[in-house]
Amino acid sequence: MTLRIGLMSFTAAAALALAGAAAAEECGTITLGAAISLTGKYATNGYHTQNGYEFAIRKIAEAGGVKVGDKCYNFKVIYYDDESKGDRGATLAERLINQDGVQYMLGPYSSGLTAAIAPVTEKYKIPMVEAEGASRSLFNKGYRYLFAVLSTSEQYLASAVDLAALMAEKSGKSPSDVKVAVAVENDPFSLDVRAGVIEDAEGYGMQIVVDEKLPRDLSDMTAILTKVKLVRPDLLVVSGHSKGAATAVRQIAEQGVSVPMIAMTHCEAADIVGNFGEAAEGILCSTQWAETLKYEDPIFGSAANYNEEFKAAFPEYADRAVPYQAAQASAAVLVYKDAFERAGTVDDREAVRDAIAATDMMTFYGPIKFDETGKNIAKPMVLRQIQNGQYNVVAPPEFASHELIWPRP
Amino acid sequence: MDNIWFNIGLLLEYPIVNLKIIIDGVMIGALFALAAYGLALVWGVMNVKNLAQGDFVIAGGYVSWTLAQMGVYPLLGVPLAFVIMWGLGWVIYKTVITRVIERDLFTSLLATFGLAIMMAQIMNLIFGSDTQSVDMHWPTWRLGELGIIELPAAKVVGVVMAAILAIGVVLFMKKSRMGQAIRATAQDSRAARVLGIDTEKVYAFTFALNAAICGAAGAIIVMIWVIQPFYGITYSVRAFVIVTAAGLGNLPGVIAAGLGIGAAEQYGAHIFGIGYQQAIAVVLLLVVLFYRLMRQRRLRQVLQ
Repeated sequence: MTLRIGLMSFTAAAALALAGAAAAEECGTITLGAAISLTGKYATNGYHTQNGYEFAIRKIAEAGGVKVGDKCYNFKVIYYDDESKGDRGATLAERLINQDGVQYMLGPYSSGLTAAIAPVTEKYKIPMVEAEGASRSLFNKGYRYLFAVLSTSEQYLASAVDLAALMAEKSGKSPSDVKVAVAVENDPFSLDVRAGVIEDAEGYGMQIVVDEKLPRDLSDMTAILTKVKLVRPDLLVVSGHSKGAATAVRQIAEQGVSVPMIAMTHCEAADIVGNFGEAAEGILCSTQWAETLKYEDPIFGSAANYNEEFKAAFPEYADRAVPYQAAQASAAVLVYKDAFERAGTVDDREAVRDAIAATDMMTFYGPIKFDETGKNIAKPMVLRQIQNGQYNVVAPPEFASHELIWPRP
Repeated sequence: MDNIWFNIGLLLEYPIVNLKIIIDGVMIGALFALAAYGLALVWGVMNVKNLAQGDFVIAGGYVSWTLAQMGVYPLLGVPLAFVIMWGLGWVIYKTVITRVIERDLFTSLLATFGLAIMMAQIMNLIFGSDTQSVDMHWPTWRLGELGIIELPAAKVVGVVMAAILAIGVVLFMKKSRMGQAIRATAQDSRAARVLGIDTEKVYAFTFALNAAICGAAGAIIVMIWVIQPFYGITYSVRAFVIVTAAGLGNLPGVIAAGLGIGAAEQYGAHIFGIGYQQAIAVVLLLVVLFYRLMRQRRLRQVLQ
């Protein structure tokens, strides 16, 4: 609820700011469309995404808007609530394109929703820059108008496998002695995470001792954790959106499961430090982005600067880390700005599409460069460990600001 | 398949795990049994199959969670959720259920289905879609080798409270005037009316009591597991399975079936993988229904 109130007051403020800018500089408007999960099970991350979009739009307007030829433009987004349901998302995409006349789309939250909407945007040849659909299945369908700024999902926790191998070598064991336990939700995103982990683990000759799929309405992981206790793996990988992270952290502590390395996704979204404190210590969290990374761009400044200004704009994030879901949403809007400026047109959709495809830029979120399937191949995934309640980057080593604490306390 | 053998092997290698699974199952089953008992009550007395059963459970959880956020001691959340959900149940009866109770089965199913969707969405709007729980910061006792059997104090207290609640409800139904009236109405509502029982009052009372039982169960669940606005359906499904398997008006049956399903699910989750946990409950239901059907057929043949 606080999120929503914050959002409304912010939208009002943004509207005022936009009105002011328009009066001063006579900027035109580029309308983007987005179906986004404002209710349903993805609502929390849907809000992060929407806040990310809105923040970027405001920052771009403050910096003088999108300059196409000698005119300037500001973005405006038409949002619809897809209720976290794929069929609803597809219907809303049709409505945005046919009834609202939207020519350019921003992505929804989650791979499932993106997979539902992409065929629609593809059918109407509407470019969609998305920031929240990481499933690799999105990028093997030959879509021409779909672009993603984030790293794809099979990379999410694969670096934890490398880290486990490294630690095995350091302690005088062979990487092939490492035993891996995997518990992932049964959805496209988490299954990709699993595929990436298993592929890399098998590459090292590691043994997969637990390989479980969690139901969508998971609230109890005891059965899996009991097994984990019995087979004593060296690495436990959990992926199940916010609820998976929350349930896992709580029950790992409750059942006294001690695994030297535990890696999971969606730590920030579940706010496991805020909710579980001590129990979250030492857990590795994969992230698309961290505010301590040394990336910069002219609109948002450094990653740290983005973090601060975002918190100032949305006070409800004040006492937690800004989720990467918001940062990458902002990056998607930035891709549009850059592409419109290079294309030199706002009406020729094909030219804009080609400009997006040719994107090669540095942002506060990381480098962005699309391959021919539309996924961002320039940006690596980051692993952070929770150390004394702080998220500290520990991998990949070249970005690491802190040493990994291993084994987990 | 290899996996399944490996998992069964683990059970044989560490026999104590069986004990742990049964204990876990009984603890979760006790809460299923509560929700199922409320369902059996409403079903038996009013012939309304309440599809919003699980959402009452979750609503009770959120009542308790909200109170805990406001600084109320979480254990007090259980009786408070009972009282508040009683009120909510009564309001829902007066606004919705009373209009469909005399109609056919389909109308009341639709009404409660709509109610379930409404409640889930309203909770989502108010509380957001994050999972919530109340951390009691109580100790966990560990027994057995590897400390494999863990008894979190919160779970033990939760089960004890569930048992107290169940006993309270049973005594109430047996001894009190209202309990007698409810049972009389369940047996034959027309006869009860003829004999001067205000069945409308009985219905309202029963429905409110059901909501209150569910609410208390939810308040216990939020201390032990996590809740989320859309988790209601899992409790609805289990409640239906248990009541269908145990039969209406068979309280010991409901409790036994609840505990049994809890344990069976934990076994299923261990052997086949946690993804099949709920499937186990539904498979058990099918088995029970088939068995009943067969027995009934045999019975008919005898009658001919």
